[in-house]
Amino acid sequence: MEQKQLKKIDIIFGWDDKCTPIQVVEKTIKKTPENIILDMIDSGLKGRGGAGFPTGLKWKFCRNEDSDTKYVICNADEGEPGTFKDREILDRVPEKIFAGMTICGFVIGAREGYMYVRGEYNFMLKALDKKIELFNKQLRDLKVDFQIYLRSGSGAYVCGEESALFESMEGKRGEPRNKPPYPTVAGYNNKPTVINNVETLVYTSEICRMGPEQFKALGTKDSRGSKVFSVSGDTPIAGIYELELGMPLKDFVEEFGDGDTKAIQVGGASGHCVPRKKFNDTIIGFEGIPTGGSMMIFNSSRSMYNVLHDYLEFFTEESCGQCTPCRIGCQQLLKGIEAVKKGERPPTYLDDLKRLTSTMKIAAKCGLGQSVANPFTSIVDNFREEIIY
Amino acid sequence: MTNTEVLIHELVEKHGKTRNALMPVLQGVVAREKFLSEEAMIAVARELDLSAADVYGTASFYTFLDTKPRGKNILRVCKTISCHMQGKDAIIRAIEDHLMVKVGETTHDKKFTLLTANCLGWCHKGPVLLINDEVFPSMTPEKAIEIIEDFSKKTN
Ligand SMILES: Cc1cc2nc3c(=O)[nH]c(=O)nc-3n(C[C@H](O)[C@H](O)[C@H](O)COP(=O)(O)O)c2cc1C
Ligand code: SF4
Ligand code: FES
Repeated sequence: MEQKQLKKIDIIFGWDDKCTPIQVVEKTIKKTPENIILDMIDSGLKGRGGAGFPTGLKWKFCRNEDSDTKYVICNADEGEPGTFKDREILDRVPEKIFAGMTICGFVIGAREGYMYVRGEYNFMLKALDKKIELFNKQLRDLKVDFQIYLRSGSGAYVCGEESALFESMEGKRGEPRNKPPYPTVAGYNNKPTVINNVETLVYTSEICRMGPEQFKALGTKDSRGSKVFSVSGDTPIAGIYELELGMPLKDFVEEFGDGDTKAIQVGGASGHCVPRKKFNDTIIGFEGIPTGGSMMIFNSSRSMYNVLHDYLEFFTEESCGQCTPCRIGCQQLLKGIEAVKKGERPPTYLDDLKRLTSTMKIAAKCGLGQSVANPFTSIVDNFREEIIY
Repeated sequence: MTNTEVLIHELVEKHGKTRNALMPVLQGVVAREKFLSEEAMIAVARELDLSAADVYGTASFYTFLDTKPRGKNILRVCKTISCHMQGKDAIIRAIEDHLMVKVGETTHDKKFTLLTANCLGWCHKGPVLLINDEVFPSMTPEKAIEIIEDFSKKTN
């Protein structure tokens, strides 16, 4: 398999004085929407919010919908445990996000864009609002028919799920909808909507600035470009790093570990736990373990029981409760590992619980309930003794 | 009209008389009053032409839209894994001892409510304390108490 070495990149936070975000907009809208879509598809950019859907295709699907009203939404609900990169982007280079939203609006034919920022980031709303106002004015001066508005969440992880986010913006409980219809057909206000992650939108504007070639020169066939990682846990250098995709986890551990790394949780609570023995042959990218950017490092002093317990508590609290497999499933998994730990249930009960997670994967309505199997199986399979004793 | 009703009327003027304005309106009430009283939810329902049950249904879904009375300052300590590993238990214990409340409770003088929260997005600088909308990363028990004392002096 194609492999890359760990390489630090400076695209997201870099600043080009000769081509600022508003200038990127000005230059890009001279092209046709079709050509911009071709550039996006050519770049190979896939969504950075977790699911990894090709961005160019998403834009194309929405452009093809016939509707007077369409929307662009920036998903800044960043709630996955261990992720803090979107906050840094919102703080340092928000204009690049606005540029990405505007270009998307031009491509799909939307006049309104919304940023949905999690309530935990309320402290930055004032500054963000000012910057949006300025950008909106620049757009009006350029006679671009697109304006950006700010919305905020109120402390619900599930509202990061795109259809729950629409419900929340419509003043309802943040309960995910059935799919299809997909957002590109019926999203916010049931109108065709493109919803992209903060980081994805920045890359779209950067691809327009530097051309798709430079972006796709980075990464591998299945994972083009770079990605911002949020590194936390047992590391001397916790923080935010933009890295080329396609590196083996071994390189990552050498760079960021504290010399005693036992496991890495890739992709936050809903991601996968990779134990030391698999560092060599695990690739960070869509061909290996995809990630929204959360990398939590655990050294040998950590109990993986506590880690799993924390994750299950998180899901139990954050499940919207709408569907039974997830609502009851999360509670039973949590109770189940507690019972095994206390010796009230035999170790083989863990296998029953694993079967429960496979049911949840099939029967749960949204990604939250479906992904509980990821941390559960990967931790139970690799650290079974720690869960039992 | 009561103060709350005036506030709600202003918020509805600003955000529009539509269902889509419900979240911003509720958030505006919480920003000032820290929680949504029954009176506030009924007034919002009236202004937006919704049923009160609908308003309560939305409000009760969101952690930050409290429907129980809260103190003038809301303390939220992150309890998710990275902060757990960096010592959130010691922070919570120190605050509990200092304010003489347990998690979920409000002090007698109504100055503080102590709560926990899930990941606040500062995992590289844990443990993290959120006071109202303000973030305090890299907490130690001593620093947390000091900051809370500062808030206590500012709050009457
Ligand atoms: C429970 C849950 C939470 C999610 N939270 C977020 C989030 O905080 N930010 C985000 O961009 N995507 C989140 N997503 C993914 C979104 O549903 C959606 O796929 C994404 O915003 C699409 O943008 P992208 O194509 O640019 O990645 C979440 C998904 C689920 C199931
Ligand atoms: S899977 Fe969980 S979060 Fe998703 S809709 Fe069902 S109950 Fe809600
Ligand atoms: S785990 Fe506490 S801020 Fe992320």
